[in-house]
Amino acid sequence: MERNPMGRQLAIMRQSLFDQGYLDEQFIQLEELQDDANPNFVEEVVTLYYRDSARLILNIEQALERKPFDFNKLDDYMHQFKGSSSSIGAKKVKAESTLFREYCKSGNGEGCTRTFQQLKKEYATLRKKLEAYFQMARQAGPMETACRPK
Amino acid sequence: MVLGKGASSSLSMKMADGAEDMVNNNNFTVLVVDDDPLIRKLHDMHLKNFGLRAQVVENGKKAVDLCHVGANFNLILMDREMPVMNGAEATKELRAMGVNSLIVGVTSCGSPNEKQAFMEAGLDYCFEKPLTPDKITFLLQELNKNN
Repeated sequence: MERNPMGRQLAIMRQSLFDQGYLDEQFIQLEELQDDANPNFVEEVVTLYYRDSARLILNIEQALERKPFDFNKLDDYMHQFKGSSSSIGAKKVKAESTLFREYCKSGNGEGCTRTFQQLKKEYATLRKKLEAYFQMARQAGPMETACRPK
Repeated sequence: MVLGKGASSSLSMKMADGAEDMVNNNNFTVLVVDDDPLIRKLHDMHLKNFGLRAQVVENGKKAVDLCHVGANFNLILMDREMPVMNGAEATKELRAMGVNSLIVGVTSCGSPNEKQAFMEAGLDYCFEKPLTPDKITFLLQELNKNN
């Protein structure tokens, strides 16, 4: 595998996503599901996540524009969003979701607004990083896409 | 091996530990009930890896309707919160219809009360989302016990 310098770069990139806390073990579960029959599974799932969660982000944004805040509704939306985010291993995004829900439960509107801004940042950052990762994976060749550390 | 049509050798090498009961798994049918297409895709894939065929529907009502017209499943994976009919209602209805499949709740962490209420609707087990190979292995063991 060392004869492929791109493969090594890919592995480094991948490892840093974990080391820097962007991804957790759930992402590894996705990688384990990828195989020759489904060589783009991880990318498909991530694409699906960003497509579907966009709707939830919009709903939350709109709900945060209506005063007073409907904390129950906000919590519901975030509950769904958190679920999806956990499923792809989006660690930082998930952490912000949890915090947001806590602010909802305690009726802290300012906390919600602040946390949501941070969440959107993390969400966007992760997207960029994963896009770069998948692009590199495509260049590195099919054998490099799924690393299965045990 | 007995992996069904389209199985490639790489798939058989990837089989999760504890899947030695593969031979039996081909006869188990699974229904995935979840309004999140991401979860449906994930669970379907997880199950495929164990050689299980899954049908997927997006809310409780569709699950009830399916069973109503005679579809039979060994295992039903039921999300809690869904539009039209949620997991607890669907579970209650299925049990009332006499469905005795293994019904397993799969939820994102709700409060202990919510989980309890869901269990009381008639679940056999309740797990947190998403499914993992360990949980599937456990469920397969349960299915093999009962059959």
